[in-house]
Amino acid sequence: MHYLILGSILFAISVVGIFLNRKNVLILLMAIELMLLAVNINFVAFSAYLNDMAGQVFVFFILTVAAAEAAIGLAILVALFRNLKSINVEDLDGLKG
Amino acid sequence: MNFTLSDLAPALPEVFVLAMACGILLFGALTRDSRLAHVLTLLTLLGAAALTAFTAGSGTSHAFGGQFVDDAMADVLKLMSYFATLAVVVYSRAYLAERGLWRGEFHALTLLALLGAMVMISANHFLVLYVGLELMSLSLYALVAFQRDSALATEAGMKYFVLGALASGLLLYGMSLIYGLTGTLELPTMQAILRAGARDSLLLAFGLVFLVAGLGFKLGVAPFHMWLPDIYQGAPTAVTLFLGSAPKLAAFAFTMRLLVDGLEPAIGDWQGMLAVMAVLSLAIGNLAAIMQSNIKRMLAYSTISHMGFVLLGVLTGSLAGYSSGLYYAIIYVLMGVGTFGLVVYLSQGGFEADALDDYKGLNQRHPWLAAIMAMLMFSLAGLPPFVGFYAKLYVLQALVGADWIWLAVVAVLFSLIGAFYYLRVVKLMYFDSPVADAPVVARQGGAQVLLSVNGLAVLVLGLVPQALIALCNQAMQLSLQ
Repeated sequence: MHYLILGSILFAISVVGIFLNRKNVLILLMAIELMLLAVNINFVAFSAYLNDMAGQVFVFFILTVAAAEAAIGLAILVALFRNLKSINVEDLDGLKG
Repeated sequence: MNFTLSDLAPALPEVFVLAMACGILLFGALTRDSRLAHVLTLLTLLGAAALTAFTAGSGTSHAFGGQFVDDAMADVLKLMSYFATLAVVVYSRAYLAERGLWRGEFHALTLLALLGAMVMISANHFLVLYVGLELMSLSLYALVAFQRDSALATEAGMKYFVLGALASGLLLYGMSLIYGLTGTLELPTMQAILRAGARDSLLLAFGLVFLVAGLGFKLGVAPFHMWLPDIYQGAPTAVTLFLGSAPKLAAFAFTMRLLVDGLEPAIGDWQGMLAVMAVLSLAIGNLAAIMQSNIKRMLAYSTISHMGFVLLGVLTGSLAGYSSGLYYAIIYVLMGVGTFGLVVYLSQGGFEADALDDYKGLNQRHPWLAAIMAMLMFSLAGLPPFVGFYAKLYVLQALVGADWIWLAVVAVLFSLIGAFYYLRVVKLMYFDSPVADAPVVARQGGAQVLLSVNGLAVLVLGLVPQALIALCNQAMQLSLQ
């Protein structure tokens, strides 16, 4: 039960981090990682509670996907920085309407 | 657990597409011959279609210990995905070549995204759904930011990435809660467990909220739609074209697998959420589209409203509703691919035909393209005898049949409002004179033929709608047994 509360708190922090952050795109990426880790805690907690391995296998897949996601996110960030010379969230305002 | 090679048989199209995508990536790196990659991609799509058609009609089969299912719905959706991707590859050839983007990587990424969509369509397990979704999404993030020297495209890629990852996070959190509740990740087992007894309904509802929110992001329905117009506008038009094709079918399949195959016993909980999302999508999509001056943005809002219609079909919870949703998704992709294909076609000679004003007097510049565009617009607006009318009619019938009369009325009202901006495009094309510096439209052989077929299909399927409706009905019936 305590693990679920920990998971939900981490999850809430990461969602708030994504929406309130106005400074730096890197922090967005960190919030996304945190969110996936919060989910992992949930899966492991449930897996231990239910005595079922499937949840822990799922965690390995999430970790792998998170690594791929970070790679793509950083690659896009580099391309973005080359164009804008900034990674400030507020500078991402070219698309509006 | 014994594993034999014949267990793979239902997943043969996926295996084939994966092998070819890797091959194309390799050839692309070795030879940098775009023509080879192009031809190989077309062959891959045709080969996968043949493999899928070959196994279709043999009933439902499973692979990988029941994690992967190949049923009639999957066959229909996959065949349509191949066609849509084929159209995308053909339409975008000249556009990409002109901008130096026509490379092996584009083809490999497109095929990998298609593979992700196929895996989602056939998933019978939370893990498979998630892996398919991420394979598709990651390829799409890269595709959106494919034009590396464009500030708008990279910005769109970044926005898509952040919001897409947020959606995956929400979805996963919902999955973890449902897993904790039912103790299984397999969708049919989950349905059986939920059906068997009253569980902690609060936890179920809590998990469902996260699942549906993540789903809403991926489908692009209000109130989770804010990324869609930005990404549609910022991405290279060829990629926007792809975003509106196979991924939309996969999102529909995702909804069906998750909510119907897995969580149908909780229909009382998700029905209301889908109804709210559908009404909001219809309202925001149709009203905001009126105010746009950029055709890609306008079509993005139109996508939101059409996805709302698909949800209307699903939320009835009846067989007629599900098959009308399937029919609507297929028809929408047909129309969407045609419309964006036309925008891609007209964006040539260093000119982006993305402002509504660029369509002024198209009839004088190129009467046949204007006629195709007019047919597509009439169909999107839902005017008979075009196929869009039947798609809407069929959803409305299912709604009325399930006693959701007020929703049907709302849907009709917003469709009427929506007709305004589609017809405005027709007015611009036929009754306004072209702007002075409008470039001459050069011919592109293959793309023009396919566009004509696409445009005429909208008319022909509208004149004889019965066959496809019957097919969708039958596929749904077979899949839900």
